[in-house]
Amino acid sequence: MSAHANLERRRQAIYGWLLLSPAAVLLTVFAFYPSIATLWSSLFSRNTRRNPTEFVGTENYADLFADPTFWLVVKNNLFYAGITIPVSIFIALSMALWANSKISARGFVRTAYFTPTVLPMIAAANLWLFFYTPGLGVLDQIGSVFGLPSVNWLGQPETALWAIIIVTIWKEAGFFMIFYLAALQTIPEDLKEAADIEGTSRWTYTRRIVLPLLMPTTLFIAVNAMINSVKLIDHLFILTKGGPSDASKLILYYIWEMAFAFFDAPHAAAITVLVIAVLGIVAAVQFLYLDRRTHYQ
Amino acid sequence: MTTAPIVELKDVAKRWNGQLGVEEISLDIPEGSFTALLGPSGCGKSTTLRLLAGLELPDEGKILIDGKDVTTSAASDRNLSMVFQSYALFPHLSVAENVVFGLKVRRVPKKERQEKLHRALEITGLLGYEDRKPGELSGGQRQRVALARAIVAGQRLCLMDEPLSNLDAKLRNSVRKDIKKLQRDLGITVIYVTHDQTEAMSMADTVVLMKDGHIQQVGTPDDLYSRPNNTFVAEFVGAPPMALLKSSILDGFGGDKTIGIRAENIQIVPKGEGRMRCTVNESEFLGAETLIGLDHEGTAGLCVLKPGLSMVAEGNEIDISFNDENLHVFDAAGQRLTG
Ligand SMILES: Nc1ncnc2c1ncn2[C@@H]1O[C@H](COP(=O)(O)OP(=O)(O)O)[C@@H](O)[C@H]1O
Ligand SMILES: [Mg+2]
Repeated sequence: MSAHANLERRRQAIYGWLLLSPAAVLLTVFAFYPSIATLWSSLFSRNTRRNPTEFVGTENYADLFADPTFWLVVKNNLFYAGITIPVSIFIALSMALWANSKISARGFVRTAYFTPTVLPMIAAANLWLFFYTPGLGVLDQIGSVFGLPSVNWLGQPETALWAIIIVTIWKEAGFFMIFYLAALQTIPEDLKEAADIEGTSRWTYTRRIVLPLLMPTTLFIAVNAMINSVKLIDHLFILTKGGPSDASKLILYYIWEMAFAFFDAPHAAAITVLVIAVLGIVAAVQFLYLDRRTHYQ
Repeated sequence: MTTAPIVELKDVAKRWNGQLGVEEISLDIPEGSFTALLGPSGCGKSTTLRLLAGLELPDEGKILIDGKDVTTSAASDRNLSMVFQSYALFPHLSVAENVVFGLKVRRVPKKERQEKLHRALEITGLLGYEDRKPGELSGGQRQRVALARAIVAGQRLCLMDEPLSNLDAKLRNSVRKDIKKLQRDLGITVIYVTHDQTEAMSMADTVVLMKDGHIQQVGTPDDLYSRPNNTFVAEFVGAPPMALLKSSILDGFGGDKTIGIRAENIQIVPKGEGRMRCTVNESEFLGAETLIGLDHEGTAGLCVLKPGLSMVAEGNEIDISFNDENLHVFDAAGQRLTG
């Protein structure tokens, strides 16, 4: 009896490991190994013709912390994340609630909102170039009707980052809306009816019933938005290239520049390690903290 | 029971895209009564209830609650509570929060809320479960939370849409009694939708039998059983249902009528003394008695009850007899003729 139970338990264990192994192999090859390798190479100096690579410990990190551009980029990215995450979530939620209610042309509204998501980021950026271009752009055309002076939205440090932020929100909100819409469809109709009979206002129903039931989705979206705030930089290449004077430069763009424009791989590796560490910590906090306050159906 | 109607429906109709929903629904429901809307699936019971609740608006007709025209009023203005078939509990809220949700919405003070909650949970036997989520309760407990939520609202009118259909048979029996007792103790008016005639017949003072969006008969359970309005009612009510015979096979009834007779009014008599000779097609042991199904030309659903266990082999021939006063006569259109 116990021998049989043991055998069965071992079989279950083997079965479990077999199921895990494809994912484990892929993650090791494409995620764990590169991370470790990056960490490793961030500890060595840059290989130039005069100075061959040598172990420098945390010197690359010290260089970064002493570099004002690094801190400017970090500040830019925090600001970028601080605006794009809450605003795109808020817009996505509002649009989903609206598109889910009994409006006419519901299908059209959904499609219209979703379109930005389908566009590649590069195409979206080109589209927005058409809005932002000084003199010729749509924004300036509209402004000139009201007698406003031409503004170089992408070309001045005060507005460049905002211009980038708006494109990102425009791009992301529709995507997140789809998740909210899907979650809204899983809320049974009769909850609303039960609330209606009790005389619950629309706002109270949304706040007390709908939002809590959407919490798992919000959590998922928040983590994704956070990752995107670091990951999504395609539009920088088209719109500002991080300028003017680094005003719209984000971390990933800085890493790219470091590695492939200045060919300074060790410093690029060091920033990468920092980014991975911060993202990992934030995601863990988000999941651990919010998970406990979230109701899963 | 007082007689002033708390609910009046006048020629109410609701159609879905011009198709049949419910039609010509007229009903007076006295205060303090227990009314069951009974009928096969899809006959419009839920639609009628939802029209009353204000979850749907009628295309025609008038709805009065407490003498006030509420035909187009919002659900919350109708002073009623409702128990949904799915219970419609808020999954992220605890039992207590679910029950007092409506009180909170109506800004009832906290102390009063607590008292009402305690009483409602006491009545429904849910004390000690305050902090559980609906997902952590059994089906029967969830059902009682739904009941508690309706009780706590303190409305005089309570609508229930198949509240027991998700429970197993045994539980259903006991909850049935609980609901009936609750209705009596609180003195509220209950309108209860069900497709289960046992539920309707055992709980209700008045049964409203519906078919294809139309009311077939309104009456006491005895009315429906003993004086069915038409052949549909005759065949729907009772287990086994009433047998229907073509009048041409009996003497003295003409040729185009339908005769109904219940199994308990049929006697088995010795060969040669009966009014009809039938072939046995099945025997079903029910416990206290045995139900014997019979075949005869021009009949449908003919059967007879024998006390105790007394199976009769298939194919045997039996003579049966019955008294004319136990026959129900329906005209060619299926409407009742005799009084
Ligand atoms: N929202 C709806 N849209 C279209 N048809 C409906 C809707 N609700 C009910 N019906 C139709 O109305 C008829 C009565 O339905 P219902 O009242 O739910 O029946 P039941 O007696 O089973 O509760 C059915 O034929 C059903 O298909
Ligand atoms: Mg129904």
